[in-house]
Amino acid sequence: MSLDLKVDGQSEDRAEGYAQGILGTPMDRPDGEAKVTGAATYAADEVPEGCLVGMLVRAPGHGRIEVLNLDEVRNSDGVRAVIRDPRMIRNAAQGTANQAPVQGVDKADYIGQPVALVVAESFETARHAAHSLKLRTDGSPGIVNPEDAEPEGEPDTTTGDLDGAMSSAAHSVDVIYTTASSVSAAMEPHATLAWWDGDRLTVRSALQMLKYNRNELADSLEIDPENVRLLAPFVGGGFGSKLGISADAVAAAIAAKELGRPVQVVQHRRQVFETVTRRSETRQRIRLAADAEGRLSGIGHESLVSNLPGEGFAEPVAQATHFAYGGAHRVIGERLARLNRPAAGSVRAPGEAVGVTAFECAMDELASDVGIDPVELRLRNIPDKDPESGIPFSSHMLERSLREGAERFGWAARDVAPRARREGEWWIGTGMAAAFRVNLMMEAEARIALSPEGAVVETDMTDIGTGTYAILTQIAGEALGLPADRVEVRLGDTTFPPGSGSGGSFGAATTGNAVWLAAQEIRQAIAQRMNCDEADLTLKDGTAICGNESRPIAELLDGGSLNGHGHVTAGDAFSDVRQSTFGAHFAEVAVNDVTGEVRVRRMQGTFACGRILNEKTARSQCHGGMTWGIGMALTEGLTHDRRDGHIVNRDFAEYHMAVNADVPPLDVHLLEERDPWSGPLQAKGLGELGICGAGAAVLNAVHHACGVRVRDMPATPDRVLAGLE
Amino acid sequence: MKPFDYVRAEDPAAARKAAATAGATFISGGTNLLDLMKLEVMAPDTLVDISRLPLDGIEDHEGGLRIGATVTNSDLAADMRVRRVYPILSRALLAGASGQLRNKATTGGNLLQRTRCPYFYDTDTPCNKRTPGEGCAALGGETRNHAILGTSDHCIALHPSDMAVAMRALGAQVEVEAADGTTKLHEMDDFYRLPGDTPHIETVLQPGDLITAVRLPAPQGDRQVYRKVRDRASYAFALVSVGAVIRMEQGRIAHAGVAFGGLGTKPWRDPEVDALLTGNAPSRELFDEAADTLLRGAKAQDGTEFKLPLARRVLRATLEEATQ
Ligand SMILES: Cc1cc2nc3c(=O)[nH]c(=O)nc-3n(C[C@H](O)[C@H](O)[C@H](O)COP(=O)(O)OP(=O)(O)OC[C@H]3O[C@@H](n4cnc5c(N)ncnc54)[C@H](O)[C@@H]3O)c2cc1C
Repeated sequence: MSLDLKVDGQSEDRAEGYAQGILGTPMDRPDGEAKVTGAATYAADEVPEGCLVGMLVRAPGHGRIEVLNLDEVRNSDGVRAVIRDPRMIRNAAQGTANQAPVQGVDKADYIGQPVALVVAESFETARHAAHSLKLRTDGSPGIVNPEDAEPEGEPDTTTGDLDGAMSSAAHSVDVIYTTASSVSAAMEPHATLAWWDGDRLTVRSALQMLKYNRNELADSLEIDPENVRLLAPFVGGGFGSKLGISADAVAAAIAAKELGRPVQVVQHRRQVFETVTRRSETRQRIRLAADAEGRLSGIGHESLVSNLPGEGFAEPVAQATHFAYGGAHRVIGERLARLNRPAAGSVRAPGEAVGVTAFECAMDELASDVGIDPVELRLRNIPDKDPESGIPFSSHMLERSLREGAERFGWAARDVAPRARREGEWWIGTGMAAAFRVNLMMEAEARIALSPEGAVVETDMTDIGTGTYAILTQIAGEALGLPADRVEVRLGDTTFPPGSGSGGSFGAATTGNAVWLAAQEIRQAIAQRMNCDEADLTLKDGTAICGNESRPIAELLDGGSLNGHGHVTAGDAFSDVRQSTFGAHFAEVAVNDVTGEVRVRRMQGTFACGRILNEKTARSQCHGGMTWGIGMALTEGLTHDRRDGHIVNRDFAEYHMAVNADVPPLDVHLLEERDPWSGPLQAKGLGELGICGAGAAVLNAVHHACGVRVRDMPATPDRVLAGLE
Repeated sequence: MKPFDYVRAEDPAAARKAAATAGATFISGGTNLLDLMKLEVMAPDTLVDISRLPLDGIEDHEGGLRIGATVTNSDLAADMRVRRVYPILSRALLAGASGQLRNKATTGGNLLQRTRCPYFYDTDTPCNKRTPGEGCAALGGETRNHAILGTSDHCIALHPSDMAVAMRALGAQVEVEAADGTTKLHEMDDFYRLPGDTPHIETVLQPGDLITAVRLPAPQGDRQVYRKVRDRASYAFALVSVGAVIRMEQGRIAHAGVAFGGLGTKPWRDPEVDALLTGNAPSRELFDEAADTLLRGAKAQDGTEFKLPLARRVLRATLEEATQ
């Protein structure tokens, strides 16, 4: 049996009346101890007896690949094979691709493309042999810089007459912002262990979305997905880079088949930088037309992004611009430059991370021009329905976020004019931005087996460090009246029912609702055994209570178990109303007048995303997002060699993510909210909202501090200094 | 990583002997060498491990200090004499790398750390420092952490050390035991070589030469400032750094030792800058003139143009702080 739900309308909030009281609490992660003690194993941690080690080899140039010393390397000590198989993949698959990405090793479309796998008895031997392989390429780099490409595509929204609105506007802004090419930089590098049992392949890998990944891998290998089992019980961060299978998975599976032994392939950090999808650099022209009070009449948000030929993904920069603010005259959309650079794909909050950030900087420029407070400018432009489709919002929490955030931050005390506060060499200023991120739901299934010992939850959903183990424990425990220690959650195995996978902030609400439904099915069975209406049933601490009757669940089970299966899909609730999450960011920065260095002194983020499932893991996600915002604004970016597009800074010494010293105390305020359109849990996604706009608050604060608008991110000292001089 | 032999030296003589064989290299903290070996940028046949030699002491010496070659960056930065009398050195060390790295990194290794030029690290691009005569991918490429002083048509690689900048400002000497057992003393000012057309030769050391210590003279200035500008608040190499050791007498600069990081192909100190400052009363004009002198031969690339104004501003601010 199964309880299936297509989310078409509003759901009732049943959790509110439940008695266990663990949903929403800041419960510690059940997997926390295993992770901090090292007991939790990641993809590269388990090496079986007799395992061979494979090392990918990168293309040093573009075009046809010739290997000059194949036999010599093949025959060197400890080397078992040099594999160049046409099924090997060019780059990681896009999220939810569900099929093989572009394949092949004869020709390199970008520098860094994996074009061979060297397999040896030890890691050191494999690495040295991989390094010894001499490759020659014959191709010219092709087009590697966005400005040299003939872009594809047109804006998807053009309504009214934006040019006219701009020329008749009392206030207007017409600016170009750029954001840097960047990478997810998950702590765990991409890695795979593959072994075969006859025709059956088992793969332990670092992946976010197993049900798609299985099909991607099977399609790449040209085998039946039924014969593929994927395991990813612990994943050391993904941020989009593990949405699709990466080169290590296909190569390890091919090698393991060919050599009849398990093969492990771990990507070196320098390879991760090149072979998995990066976030495209963006060039965003933003136009704002407003009346004398700052009410928007027109919005232009046109972006140039890039990707490799053959990739379907284009960074959806203006995804939130479509509904963030009103204004009748609109030109909104992206164009795509085809470049021979490493492939681009989804990185945490694709679209909004860079789009909201640049747009909210432009809004700050408008506020300056109109001469009103930037918070007030947002408040004046909140639409009462989706400005393009006219459908209502499922909930709209921007005003509350702005007001409560401003209150907590102490925004009212702010000087109006920039360059008003100075402490020694440092200019001090504050800035703010709104946060938006679309709310998505996918399809998910989960099952629960309730036995006298407790409940076991199973789904192939992943926990990529976000806290899935914790929230699914809480959801099942709340619905079944069990304390957390009597709920066991098992994840990351394709023999379990297919969950949503982790991505697009949809994991918690989608798979969470599937678990919720599975529990509801069990509740119905318990109610039946209690001879009562399920609505009158209370479950708490392993006891079922109905009216005056109270019985231990173990007794009701009578030595057996009860099984529930839940299945959720998005329905009309995701098209009849506009679903989004909202928030507000506030930042105080110091800008050094001598050097242009920026230090963030404090940050406040207020967020609304429906029910908070676990207060602690939710807060962690917001901390992470805001930290990413600091990196995007100030430090982080890939450098592509302008001659051939290759990534120059491929290690953590030169690719500058924000480090501890860059991150001040972060105040996170989660607004209490229920969104009945988002499903029975009334929870929305949260993993990405914290990054959307965070960098804009920082850059707007830089302007308020020292009067310099840096429109090219990251705002490294030289870029700030250029304005200070 | 290419297979290699490993020798653990029990005393300096054994170390020198082992290191005198072709293809042998000392390893100390290993924080730079191992990274380079994994990428096969360096591929020694033999590693001579000197980390257990009795070179890890800091002793008073002729009014100054003698710092053993294997003293870690963490220990050196925390030493009370260093903190009190040579604060510039402590500050420079603590401005470098990360806590974990400084726990392993040593005095000798820090002096001899290789450049962070990304093309030097990338064996798929040409580099004259890695393979003499191969060409330089950095020229015409992406530059940022590259030098603008002391460069040549063959190499613009930057010397990335913070510690060495402070040591140059302090007028340190490098104590070396040669393969034949003799001890030599090199002024820091003569220790490093400019790239010219041999960028693979970075110092005056001969094969088998073991750095045993760095000697600091009694400090010639009580006003010591180290200022480092970088792309993030910690754990990044210098875009520009300035170390100044100053003594003031009656409102005039009686001693100036000013050294620079982030600018030169070696830890930079320009005697003309020091001479210009010495004997004069501090003023903005004087400091600007010092910057003019420093940068007179500077050669910036597209990506390093910003270092010219930045160096000027940081030099001025550092001297203002040290002389006020
Ligand atoms: C991510 C990262 C960030 C860093 N950031 C900074 C920074 O901001 N500022 C900074 O200054 N440094 C920085 N460093 C560099 C760090 O300071 C050096 O790696 C370290 O000082 C090297 O010391 P070691 O003892 O580990 O040297 P090793 O790696 O052991 O050796 C380096 C070289 O010195 C030679 N050698 C070592 N000792 C002797 C000796 N006694 N006699 C002769 N030859 C010897 C070795 O043969 C080798 O060639 C950073 C390093 C990393 C990895």
